[in-house]
Amino acid sequence: MGTDLNLKVKHLTRVEGHGNIVVNMKDGTLEKARLEIVEAPRYFEAMLKGRSFHEAAIITSRICGICSLGHQITSLKTTEAALGLEVSEQTVLLRKLCIHGATMQSNILHAYFLAAPDFLNVGSVFPLVGTHPEVVKRALRMKRLANDIGDVVSGRAVHPITPVPGGFTSIPSAGALRELKRRLTEDMYPDLLATVETLKSLAGAIPQFTRETEYISLRSDDEYALYDGDICSTDTGRVSDTEYLRMTNEFVVPHSTSKHCKVNRSSYMVGALARWNNNHDKLGDLAHTAASELGLTPNCYNPYMNTIAQVVEAADCAIDSIRIIDKLLADGLKDEQPNQEPTKFGSGVGATEVPRGILYHEYTYDNKGRIAKANCIIPTGQNLANVDDDMHKLVPEICDQSPEAITLQLEMLVRAYDPCISCSVHLLDVEFVNR
Amino acid sequence: MTDKPRVGIFDFTGCEGCELNQLNFEDQLLDILAHVDIVEWREAMDEKAPEYDIAFVEGSLSTPDCITRINDIRRRAKVLVALGACAVQGGINGMKNTQPIEEVRQEVYGDDKYLFPTLPALALHEVVKVDYNVRGCPMTQIEFLKLFTALVMGKQPIEPDHAVCVDCKLKENECLYERGMICLGPVTRAGCEAQCPSVGQYCTGCRGLVSDPNLKGMEEILVQHGLSVDEAWKRLELYNANDLEGVR
Repeated sequence: MGTDLNLKVKHLTRVEGHGNIVVNMKDGTLEKARLEIVEAPRYFEAMLKGRSFHEAAIITSRICGICSLGHQITSLKTTEAALGLEVSEQTVLLRKLCIHGATMQSNILHAYFLAAPDFLNVGSVFPLVGTHPEVVKRALRMKRLANDIGDVVSGRAVHPITPVPGGFTSIPSAGALRELKRRLTEDMYPDLLATVETLKSLAGAIPQFTRETEYISLRSDDEYALYDGDICSTDTGRVSDTEYLRMTNEFVVPHSTSKHCKVNRSSYMVGALARWNNNHDKLGDLAHTAASELGLTPNCYNPYMNTIAQVVEAADCAIDSIRIIDKLLADGLKDEQPNQEPTKFGSGVGATEVPRGILYHEYTYDNKGRIAKANCIIPTGQNLANVDDDMHKLVPEICDQSPEAITLQLEMLVRAYDPCISCSVHLLDVEFVNR
Repeated sequence: MTDKPRVGIFDFTGCEGCELNQLNFEDQLLDILAHVDIVEWREAMDEKAPEYDIAFVEGSLSTPDCITRINDIRRRAKVLVALGACAVQGGINGMKNTQPIEEVRQEVYGDDKYLFPTLPALALHEVVKVDYNVRGCPMTQIEFLKLFTALVMGKQPIEPDHAVCVDCKLKENECLYERGMICLGPVTRAGCEAQCPSVGQYCTGCRGLVSDPNLKGMEEILVQHGLSVDEAWKRLELYNANDLEGVR
């Protein structure tokens, strides 16, 4: 006699956006195990049609509040590639600092507020205010500092204001940057060490499940690639970011308003764990110490460890933020105006590592600097097929447990990917007919 | 069990940036939690509740399921607050309504388009009664704290109805038009302390229109500063397509 299972989690909690988990097993045979994406489609492509290059990043950052900085920077790089706009070294450094702030904020939010309640058997972070006040205060302090980097450098952490095509509308003051450095050194550094200690005590709650898959991330010779780099697959190596269509292959599935992706296998993984597997050699000492304390080793095939990889990355972002601030201050801040004189009107591709994985934008501009065609491929969309494949391996391995235990492990699996469902349904490839 | 107001937080079609901004009250979050019981918030917690003293709702309504859910929330909430541009005035989702949506659905989803129903994106007030608004994209944090404090203290919140230009003058900013830029401040509702013009970015109109906007005058100024008439209205529609439908 085989097992019968019928699980449905409608509107999974503690994730960004609306998704359902559905599992059906009959007489020991798995008939269905998948994450259904039921977020309302928003048709950003219709919104972008005919819009000025000044507006592209303002609109696309509204795809997602949590990844707004990532969408904005990717959009700016895409517009600059399409219009032939050069940016200064200072602009690149300030953008990398913003990305570090956004990555820290998102990774810390996920580890403490969305994932940790599962490790402590509570439904949300709120009961922890009473039972673990120091931990909650630490999480809030770390998140505040990460957000303050966004506020100082980009005008506002959620839907940043000052980053525009060709540069920034205003440059942060040296004093504000020095204050960020002071807090990174005096507050963030000890808070990161304490975070590692806290997570170490909870690591036993991370399920031991492995499934080797294809891992795809950006890769750069110079640094732990977040701002730019080549597309790198553990199966087939490096290619230019202009080959992104071949490295994503979007397709429609009926159970998801977000398209799925695959490259060399039926699925692949993007995000912190993929970046770790591809680029761990580019991380600094603090990140490596955190990784070894938390049992994260190179070529880790346990998707639940994505949360740990996020914390390791947060440590590296903090240290590299200090390096960037030092360089900006040593070079002297220049009150530059953004370079907004297009040298051409054509197509461009931008690829950036945002907290959940590689984000691709591609735009084509008409000769008046208006968008004629847009395509964006979102990290969560790229991970959806991989989540389904994980479930197909996981459910038979744990089907003798109680339905509650199975449900919890499935929910934790989806949460480990830190899915951003609003993002994933909102941009799909459409070619506009020019008026 | 407790006399603290029971708060529910809900999201519809949007980016969830307004909800994120609530988690971003790091300095005030513990104080906020001391004054209310958050009884339902899918993005942050597992629990659900039967009724709410205050429901904060983010996002536009754009599917049949959204309409069912918002009516259900309204029925169970004593006070309903719209959070952010998508909920208050339709926000950027409204731009979708200006396009031939059947063609877009066909191009995006092909013959599977009817798997995923869609409606014109509506502001909450177009479907249910909204008691208060927190405007902006993302919602303006200072406005949220003022409204929250007023509701907890049983006072009547005040909604600003003057233009962003007033806030900008109070901050003694140089007018962006003087710097050769354009700006939607003259017709946009204040309350954000002119956050964007203060850091050199033009006002994009995210907080919605003032109640009696001089749109013809706005069009003239934008055209004088280099936009075509069509571009001028496109800029105005960015967050306000629903309110501007049929106005031009």
